[in-house]
Amino acid sequence: MNRIQADEKLIRRLGSYQKIALIVGVLGILALIAGFFLTSGEDFFSGYLIGWVFWVQVALGALVILMIQNTVGGRWGLVIQRVVEAATQTLPLMAILFLVVLAGIPHLYEWAHADVVAHDELLQAKAPYLNVPFYVVRSVIYFVIWIGIAYLLRKWSLQLDNEPDNAALRKKMRNLSAPGILIFGLTVTFASVDWMMSIEPHWYSTIYGIMFGVGAMASGFAFSIIVLMGMLKFKPWSGIIQTIDVSDLGNWLLASIMLWAYVAFSQFLIIWSANLPEETTWYLARTQGGWQWVAIINVFLHFFLPFFFLLVRGTKRAPGRLKKIAWLVLIMRFVDLIWLIYPAFSPGKLAFPWVSVAALLGVGGLFLAIFFRQLAKVSVPPLYDSRLPVTNVSEEAHGHVS
Amino acid sequence: MSESIYGLIARFDTPEAVVEATRRARQAGYRKMEAYSPFPIEELTEILDFKPKIQYLVFIGGVLGALTGFALQYYASVISYPLIIGGRPFNSWPAFIVVEFELTILFAGLAAVFGMLGLNGFPHPYHPVFNAKDFKLVSRDKFFLVIESSDPRFDAERTRSFLESLNPEEVTDVQP
Repeated sequence: MNRIQADEKLIRRLGSYQKIALIVGVLGILALIAGFFLTSGEDFFSGYLIGWVFWVQVALGALVILMIQNTVGGRWGLVIQRVVEAATQTLPLMAILFLVVLAGIPHLYEWAHADVVAHDELLQAKAPYLNVPFYVVRSVIYFVIWIGIAYLLRKWSLQLDNEPDNAALRKKMRNLSAPGILIFGLTVTFASVDWMMSIEPHWYSTIYGIMFGVGAMASGFAFSIIVLMGMLKFKPWSGIIQTIDVSDLGNWLLASIMLWAYVAFSQFLIIWSANLPEETTWYLARTQGGWQWVAIINVFLHFFLPFFFLLVRGTKRAPGRLKKIAWLVLIMRFVDLIWLIYPAFSPGKLAFPWVSVAALLGVGGLFLAIFFRQLAKVSVPPLYDSRLPVTNVSEEAHGHVS
Repeated sequence: MSESIYGLIARFDTPEAVVEATRRARQAGYRKMEAYSPFPIEELTEILDFKPKIQYLVFIGGVLGALTGFALQYYASVISYPLIIGGRPFNSWPAFIVVEFELTILFAGLAAVFGMLGLNGFPHPYHPVFNAKDFKLVSRDKFFLVIESSDPRFDAERTRSFLESLNPEEVTDVQP
């Protein structure tokens, strides 16, 4: 089989990005170490949790996109397949970096303190679920499942590169991915409840998990779009990506943020309507003392602005403009995570957890170093797939607006 | 004869052929022309420089739907029949959003359907193109390109030989 090689320039570019990412990662970790000594345990670990969760949800979004692609995918899935595959390969790293969150359990979670639980009937009732050993076991289970799926899909995909006609292999990938999407929904729900929602153990929302999962999918698409649009001018991508692919990815991003807004608003409407004291506390902590501005910015920049831009056909067909919207969504995902997590430590009083930026850079640098390394390894899309014909219409994709 | 016909129609067997023919006709300077196909062909839209306007109507429909939804509920619960429910304000806008959303979809959908009909010029009981030979095949497996006689560059003889040069299956007159 005639293998198409990626442009040397692209490989070199990815290599230099990997080095930059590594440097940023090391600097971020130094900043984190400084933060550990300069701030309180609460501030340090909550900030770390925000930065770490941000990158985990990018990897998880990539994982669910990969599984959707293997189940139903068309051209849009084939063109981002290598990007999302590479992103899922960071999950083992994220599991290792989770150790820092584990070390922070006493600072992050009220339910981990025996003396607090002893005086709290509700926490006693929740103790069979919310206790440290079970928390650790659950998190290990999530990561084993995610890493296992990511490992197998990557392995089979690379195997498919060598034997593209192996129908049994494709079937295996589909048979893992379809139930994998269901398993993903369950594990992400439990993981978000454990890691984030249980910071405020008296409060609960059953829609929280899907809100996090859909946000992760939006992050996965935003991240993949940014990377893919950056590779557009290099071979063989320049000959593959068509206007319709850019448009499809734009539609996916639009669908993800719409679904995110839908579930986020549903949670708000239900709690607002019922107006029960034990439920409204969560919103009161997040809509007072300055946090309301973050909430309003979140509504407008995480939903309305990208929504209206993505409604316009021209935005979705111009790679440069779509990339900008993807950046906005990705940045707002980080702001959203700050708004979800940090008010628990600073209720009704706006404060910026600067450790989260150090964690964003530190964890992100390592994440991206692994990501670019994996992407450089296999950066050519599965051209043998009959659904991905190589054409020469890529010029249309550059700034062409219809 | 040349002035009395609606135009000339060329029949093609494949979508690629009609796309190529339309592109060449466009390059040759013809503007008043139309391509017909059993299914949508995106390239044709671009070559014919067809600028759809339906999305503006749908957007306006959606905005009107949202405003109607809000006005309806605002009038009912603030002006016409104010009732205190669960201690919430009369203008409970978060609760209004559900109906606003539904009406946005409804109005946008209606705008899409009726806007499409209107922009297509329906109802349109008569169109000369149906006089063309074998035109009914357009809903099965044939592709057609019509150059109208109202095009400034139209000339019965030269346009016919131009169309013949595009490798059609057949070129025929379209009676008005």
